[in-house]
Amino acid sequence: MLNTKEIRSYFPILNQEINGHPLVYLDNGATSQKPIQVIEAIKKYYEFENANVHRGVHTLGNRATDSYEGAREKVRKFINAKSTKEVIFTRGTTTAINMVAQSYGQANLKEGDEIVITHMEHHSNIIPWQQLAKRTGAVLKYIDLEADGTLSLEKVRETITNRTKIVSIVYVSNVLGTMNPIKEITQIAHEHGAVMVVDGAQAAPHLKLDVQALDCDFLAFSGHKMCGPTGIGVLYGKEALLDKMEPVEFGGEMIDFVGLYDSTWKELPWKFEGGTPIIAGAIGLGAAIDFLEEIGLDEIEKHEHELAAYAMERMSTIEGLTIYGPVDPAKRAGIVTFNLDDVHPHDVATVLDMSGIAVRAGHHCAQPLMKWLQCVATARASFYIYNSEEDLDRLVTGLLSAKEYFNDVF
Amino acid sequence: MSSNLDQLYRRVIMDHYKNPRNKGSIEDGALTIDMNNPTCGDRIHLTLQVEDGKIQNAKFDGEGCSISMASASMMTQAVKGKSVEEALQLSSTFSEMMLGKDYDDSLDLEDIESLSGVSQFPARIKCATLAWKAMEKGVSEEKE
Repeated sequence: MLNTKEIRSYFPILNQEINGHPLVYLDNGATSQKPIQVIEAIKKYYEFENANVHRGVHTLGNRATDSYEGAREKVRKFINAKSTKEVIFTRGTTTAINMVAQSYGQANLKEGDEIVITHMEHHSNIIPWQQLAKRTGAVLKYIDLEADGTLSLEKVRETITNRTKIVSIVYVSNVLGTMNPIKEITQIAHEHGAVMVVDGAQAAPHLKLDVQALDCDFLAFSGHKMCGPTGIGVLYGKEALLDKMEPVEFGGEMIDFVGLYDSTWKELPWKFEGGTPIIAGAIGLGAAIDFLEEIGLDEIEKHEHELAAYAMERMSTIEGLTIYGPVDPAKRAGIVTFNLDDVHPHDVATVLDMSGIAVRAGHHCAQPLMKWLQCVATARASFYIYNSEEDLDRLVTGLLSAKEYFNDVF
Repeated sequence: MSSNLDQLYRRVIMDHYKNPRNKGSIEDGALTIDMNNPTCGDRIHLTLQVEDGKIQNAKFDGEGCSISMASASMMTQAVKGKSVEEALQLSSTFSEMMLGKDYDDSLDLEDIESLSGVSQFPARIKCATLAWKAMEKGVSEEKE
């Protein structure tokens, strides 16, 4: 277990009472809280370095450019990319996946080609492909899930064919907590000549990413779920692919020469970063990476497995509580999605909120998965580095009182 | 904790949730409105039978939390037999109640009054207003 007491001390927001109780924040799947190191890095940028990047001759312009490009190098190391040319700053995971669909997808797909995704995708890894399929006449296919909410490689092999051009799969499910065998799936995709896109939104905060070991072609993730600010994310792409791709946004910053009727683009990665980039966001993300690496990604993953195991053990003692997703805690990240008897998840979340416990309730931007689970909505507790077993004890106590309260009312 | 929660989950609300009034669907010639709360998944299927500017019958079906379903039950109960104008007036009074404003208490709100505590729970207001929005949409389409 991590030293959560020390880690908590870096997060000012956690040191407050909500509805008369110390805050227990268990909605990290939606967004994580920010440590003082990240807040300070953004403050320092605005107080001492703010200028536009890649243009000023003046000193501040150099400082801003150094910090911004320094953050890119931190991201490169964080995901073990070969070169910073492969690291594009975006607004978040959604923008990154849309860029792949609009640029790579639009140029490479034709009628009858296939795009393969799964039933456990977030809306941001469904809708860009639905739209691409509509525009190109390609077919969108779903890999079926096993009963415990995992993927079997056998079904992956059955679904991916030689007509498949793009496979796009979530690394860690934001609902089920399932950790998918991305390396093996990538290999299958490549055997059929398809590119592999990985939605890493729930993976980047929680486990060590290594794009070279995974051999994936694209990887998307967001800063705000990993202690960074909102509005910054990353698209990783293999240089050979990015090189051939057209930009999706045109304007300043991304150009080489501009004529009256035609223009040429800057080299990678800047040709994909039209307009003034998200400078403070990238610097904040860089600080978040420093913070997480100081703790250690392997330690973080271990901590969350332990919390998931503890949560599942404690929660399964609550009569009438259903937990969705893999039963084996080793197969899941620190996400536990559940329902309590007939009590609607909104009502569960409101009762917990009155005890200072923040959980998510709803469809978690995964309506097709809710359909697969045959529920309208679920409640979700998702953990991070500052959560402890005591937090989960508070959750269990809160759930028991919710159960008692509604049993009483009914 | 319970005292705060009791402001939200009044007994009459839980009664409507557990024993919804006017649950179902009017089959023939009724106005049909489907509405959902995209952020949370609450869903209502409302059917209204409007004749001569009067809501003769109202039924609902759907899925959602206790507040959204109880509110739908109460709404159908309240607007049944009322003129479209009266129903819309009731709806605007309900909106004011949800916003925590002073509302027209000359109207007989009956069970609906029990939802006044929802205004203290900002995240839940949209649960309570879903059925009313559906009703407003239905009768305004009828008027056109």
